[in-house]
Amino acid sequence: MIVQLARRSVLRTLRQPAQIVPALVFPLFLLAVNSGGLKDATNLPGFPTDSYLTFALAVPFMQGALFSVMNAGTDLARDIETGFLNRLALTPLHGAALLSGLLAGAVVLGLVQAVTYLGVGLIAGADLAAGIGGALVIVALAVSITVAFGTIGLYAALRTGSGEAVQGLFPLFFVVLFLSSMALPLELLQTDWFHAVASVNPVTYLLGAFRSLLIEGWNVPDLALGFGIAAAILAIGMTAASAALKTRLVRT
Amino acid sequence: MTRKIALAVAWRSIHNFLTNPAFLAPGILFPLFFFTAFAGGLSAIASAPGFDFDGGYTAFQFVFVLLQSAAFGGVFTGFGIARDFETGFARRYLLAASNRGGIVAGYAIAALVRALITWAILTAVALVAGMEVGGNGVELFGLYGLAILVNLAATFWAAGVAMRVRSIQGGPLMQFPAFLILFLAPVYVPLELLSGWIHAVASVNPVTALLESGRGFISGDPTLVAAAFAIAAVLPVLFAFWARGGLRRAEAAG
Repeated sequence: MIVQLARRSVLRTLRQPAQIVPALVFPLFLLAVNSGGLKDATNLPGFPTDSYLTFALAVPFMQGALFSVMNAGTDLARDIETGFLNRLALTPLHGAALLSGLLAGAVVLGLVQAVTYLGVGLIAGADLAAGIGGALVIVALAVSITVAFGTIGLYAALRTGSGEAVQGLFPLFFVVLFLSSMALPLELLQTDWFHAVASVNPVTYLLGAFRSLLIEGWNVPDLALGFGIAAAILAIGMTAASAALKTRLVRT
Repeated sequence: MTRKIALAVAWRSIHNFLTNPAFLAPGILFPLFFFTAFAGGLSAIASAPGFDFDGGYTAFQFVFVLLQSAAFGGVFTGFGIARDFETGFARRYLLAASNRGGIVAGYAIAALVRALITWAILTAVALVAGMEVGGNGVELFGLYGLAILVNLAATFWAAGVAMRVRSIQGGPLMQFPAFLILFLAPVYVPLELLSGWIHAVASVNPVTALLESGRGFISGDPTLVAAAFAIAAVLPVLFAFWARGGLRRAEAAG
């Protein structure tokens, strides 16, 4: 049953170009604009690389994860609106298994996104200090983050039951992304309050994990922090979504 | 009569977005957010070699966000027009109005009021954040004058799309080109510091002249004034034709 649900989720994602195309094009467009427009930032003392493209290449992975929130949440909200979730509730499927099946589409989308971003970035001239092994870890980290963020989309959908409400989360996540070390390294953020916010923003450390592989090579503490944060978001998101699923099924 | 129609449409649109936080908040919060993220997060860029803008990075980014909010004020009004078509209210306008150009004019007035509210808040926040203003009253009038013309152009653009598509699903069509043309201008650093393809694109992007002129106004060192106002004056005229075409399509669709 869970395999069928996962298959449905994957096919549904792949059959909706309106979900895939913006998730690929929008982050790459911003990468192109920012890496061209902020090239001079590499001349700042303390900037970790002489290629802004390499520095900025971490960002699309995070933006891709934001799209995963929207896509996973919108799909589930549609299932709620059409009554499909109620039919699933009649099956003996466990809540966590049901949610995992629904996330299969996010896994595939995360994989497609990660390979595309990395491929385009490398073709455009970005460095990859950690080599081929690093590329595999980048893809694994990107998929982990995409799935972790996808659980937040599921939670939002289960709480609200509305695709429109899930879409409304996009600006909020965009804010979280921007208030991080997205454009400059943490040490170069001069505005005190911005530095303070970015220091406690988990996105800063997720970006740091990608950047460690792209710029430095193998930095185990940064990688462990990145994977750890992704695992924590996944655990919190899954727990919250499971609880919301129970509430919703009781409600219906 | 046209004036009465325009004022009636404007009043309803203004009332709608002022009384519904879901419509009002994005138009105000997005520019504030971009201003905060760019001016706060990227201030170190002003220390890059060759960055010689006199007014400081806050003022440098303020002009971009001002023009961006002008454009998006028009785009958000386009969303309202599309919504009016979806709910059938726009068809009632078409039936009731003797001069239908007044309908578009009414939406344009509403878009301007919306933008003025956003600019008042944005300017206050920028001043509190320590923005340096080197320009005199006339120069600042020039800056806001440019923003008004951009707002008008964006409103006509979005209205043209909304009246052709007549559904909120046309939202990305209104929004994406505006987003694209704005971000293909010198957003983070002056044009001289851009290199490669982005420099080539920004050099021929009309928004570049608007941005550079606006930044000149705020720093008290006017530049490209004639070119900027020529562009800013031509755009609303061109998009007015586009909007009129959209109105004709909507009329034909009944």
